[in-house]
Formats: sequence, C-alpha cells, structure tokens
Amino acid sequence: MEIGIVSYGAYIPRFRILPEEIGRVWGLDGKGFGKGLMIEQKSIAGPDEDVVTISVEAARNAMKRVDVSPEKIGAIYVGSESHPYVVKPTGTIVAEAIEATPDLTVADYEFACKAGTAAIQTCMGLVGSDMIEYGLAIGSDTSQGAPGDALEFSASAGGAAFLIGSKDVIAKINTTLSYTTDTPDFWRREGQMYPSHGGRFTGEPAYFKHIVSCAKNLLGKCGTKPEDYKYAVFHQPNGKFPQRVAKMLGFSNEQIETGLLVPQIGNTYSGAVPLGLSAILDEAEPGDRIFAIAYGSGAGSDGFDIAVTDAITRFNRKAAPTVREIMANMKAIDYATYAKYRGKIKLSCEE
Amino acid sequence: MTKTPRFWRENKNRYNLIGVKCGSCNAVYFPSRIICPDCGRKSMGKMDKFKFSGRGTVYSNTVVHEAHEQYEMQKPYAIALIELEEGARVLGQIVDCEPYEVQIGMKVKSTFRKLGQDGKSGTIYYGYKFVRERE
Repeated sequence: MEIGIVSYGAYIPRFRILPEEIGRVWGLDGKGFGKGLMIEQKSIAGPDEDVVTISVEAARNAMKRVDVSPEKIGAIYVGSESHPYVVKPTGTIVAEAIEATPDLTVADYEFACKAGTAAIQTCMGLVGSDMIEYGLAIGSDTSQGAPGDALEFSASAGGAAFLIGSKDVIAKINTTLSYTTDTPDFWRREGQMYPSHGGRFTGEPAYFKHIVSCAKNLLGKCGTKPEDYKYAVFHQPNGKFPQRVAKMLGFSNEQIETGLLVPQIGNTYSGAVPLGLSAILDEAEPGDRIFAIAYGSGAGSDGFDIAVTDAITRFNRKAAPTVREIMANMKAIDYATYAKYRGKIKLSCEE
Repeated sequence: MTKTPRFWRENKNRYNLIGVKCGSCNAVYFPSRIICPDCGRKSMGKMDKFKFSGRGTVYSNTVVHEAHEQYEMQKPYAIALIELEEGARVLGQIVDCEPYEVQIGMKVKSTFRKLGQDGKSGTIYYGYKFVRERE
C-alpha cells in the first residue's frame, strides 16, 4: 500500500511586525536581534483569528485541491501549543467546518513545535492499518512569547493541513521515524499565558541533538545520502538553526531554501515544518525526493523521507493559493496594534 | 445569559453558509426558512438544504466606529450587505482590508473567523466573515 500526502493546504495570517519595532518598545537592539535570528518579520494572527480559524482555512485549502468527499475523512488530528480551549477539541470545530462529521475520530495534539508532524504519523498508521480511508493532519499555532522576551521576536502564527491516504498520493511517505527524550528546554504550565525556556538546554542538547539523531537514523534506515534529496526542510525556530543543522548533516543551502520560511513569517511552531513542506509541494515535480525533520521541545523529532509521485501532475494545485502567494498578502503593524490584537492589553469590559 | 445553545443550533449553517432552496420556485434563502415567502404552502416540505459558494459582491456597506464591546479591538471595521452569487443577501464583516477600501460592487469571498465569545471562560463562536477576493 502506498501511503502519503493526497492533498495539502496552508494558511498564514496577514499581519506582520518587524524586530526593530519590538526592540524599539523594549529598549533592545531589535534590528540586531532580527539579524542574529535571521528574522526580517513575523506573522501575527488578527483579533478574530486563532488556531481554530487557521486550521479551518488550511483544511479548506487542502480539500479544494482534490475531489474527495469530506465524509470519507475518518480522522482529524490538530497539533498545536495554542489551542483556544484547554478542554474542548479544536478538531471537532474543524471537522464540522469542513463537513466531515459525525463518522470520524478526532483529537488534539500538543508537542511544542512538532505536534503537526505527530498528527501526520498517526494518520499514516490509521490509513496503513485500513482503519480509515483518509486522515487529516494539521499543524497550526498562534504562539506567543512574553513581552520583551527573546521569543517575542520569533513566535508567530500559521498552519498547514495534509490529507493522508493511499489513493492518488501526490507525495509518498516512504519512511517515518522519531527520536524522543525527556529534555526541559521549553514549556508552558497550565494557566500560564506565556512559555518559559530552559536557557542552556536550548540549542545543542535540544534542537541539534534531536534533529541530528533523527536525521541520521532516517538516512541510515532509508540507505540514502543528503545528495539523494532535491529538497530538505528542518524545524525553523529562527533562520540560523536550520541552516546550521543542514550544514552539519551535509545538506546545501539550495536544498533548504524553498522550505525556509522563517525569515519572512517567523516561527510558526506546529505550523513550521508543515508550512515549509507545503511550500516545497507548491513547486515539486514527479521524482523529487524530500527530507523533512520536525522538532518539538520537551523534546523530540519526527523525520520523513518523501517521494513526489506522477500524480502531482494531475493534482489541482491551482485550486488553492501557494504558501508564497499567501505570504505576499501582508500588512505591517506597530507594537501597540500587535499588543491590542494579541490580548496583551486588558480591557475594563473583560471579566 | 449564555448564548451557547443558540449559536450551537446554527453552527452548521454559520460555518458553511448553508441555507435553503425553494423546490417550487428555486429561490435561495439565508438564513434558512421553513416556507418560501413567494410560494407559501406550495413550498411546504420542499425547502431543501442549500450550500452557498461564499462568493459574492458588496451590495451596500458602512464603517463601524462605535463597536459592540467584543469588537472594541477591531474598530473601525467594515460591515457590508453581500449579494451572494446564488442570489441571497447576507450581512457580514469585511476583514483583512482597510475599512474605507470597501466599495459597492467589490468582489468578496467568505472566510472562517471568530465571531465572539461568552466572556473569557465561556464558549467561543465561529462563523463566516468576508475578505476581498484578490485577482
């Protein structure tokens, strides 16, 4: 059975803020922060947008590209660290909004920035075991950093959805595997508005250890070398880390540039690798091979070896906008507007 | 008082712009009606579920400066009467563009947004708004 991506769709909110604007407010060298992180701007959800609305828009874009009845979707998993409800699934609202209810299973996932790829793996398992015909895996976030914290320069909003199945597969997932340990590099406790990060745990023992280990295991299992892949996409908390990890593993800048979106939209957390992979599928051709490694704090990595099939030539890519077309519809806002939109200002009418 | 039951009852219609079509004269309505006002009893039992495409044009519009407290963060914002391509007219907010950019005849399409919430601990309501259709 050939299991893989049958369709995909993306969504990124329209608003952007520049690092120099964040730095201006907090007395920091914003331009320097932006340069260091390789982030020129980050996306921000509007006041009426959240993980539900981003997930629905991404899912609808995925469904526009194929002639698959939503009633055939047997599972929806939404991965996010910013679900609007702590108790009540995002996925049920998405299922109703794409008319996939009621004969399906739904659950929300959380694994920092890799909950969306964990959703892809679950759907693969359910399709592969013939429990469902199609599964919808979504990675979506409206992540926030505490005001003035370094995370505020990168934490952004966006998401992508993948219809996983075994018929008319446009990108076959040859192999997937994960690498997981208990690493306290980043967390958010119940009831806390902003996450905390474990300083020295960020970087080497977290991002690099997990991505490199997962990538080496995947290359070993597939018997492949970096040069066998046309494209590669790594989790992108900033612009530097994915470039460095690509170099460590032997991938070139040309291989990662299509899926490297962080300089223009920031770190979309659970949306990061799903959006990067969507940008690659926007231009991929039959025979192209894609190497994708997500990373989620806490910590773990999910790796995917993907081969684009001939079915992509018959696939209606134009039925929904490409990632870069979505990114082009943007408006920069100042810090005050950003604070207003993201609920950083308390109003007297609020409870 | 919570609005949860009222919103829940209309979720399917509000999420996907689902109205009805009269089986007697083919007129479409949103929100749904039980009887067609033109056909009367002839339409009884013939008002079938009808899903609108979400595409339409601005029939009339205005800009709201004195907002409901849940829309304080969004003012000023545009509200318009949208003529859907299948025929019915619906009232909706136009988002993702400057409020004074909205003009009569402008092409729009529906989008999925948060409409409001029952306070900070209550349920969140979602449904359609409209965005400018870019060529």
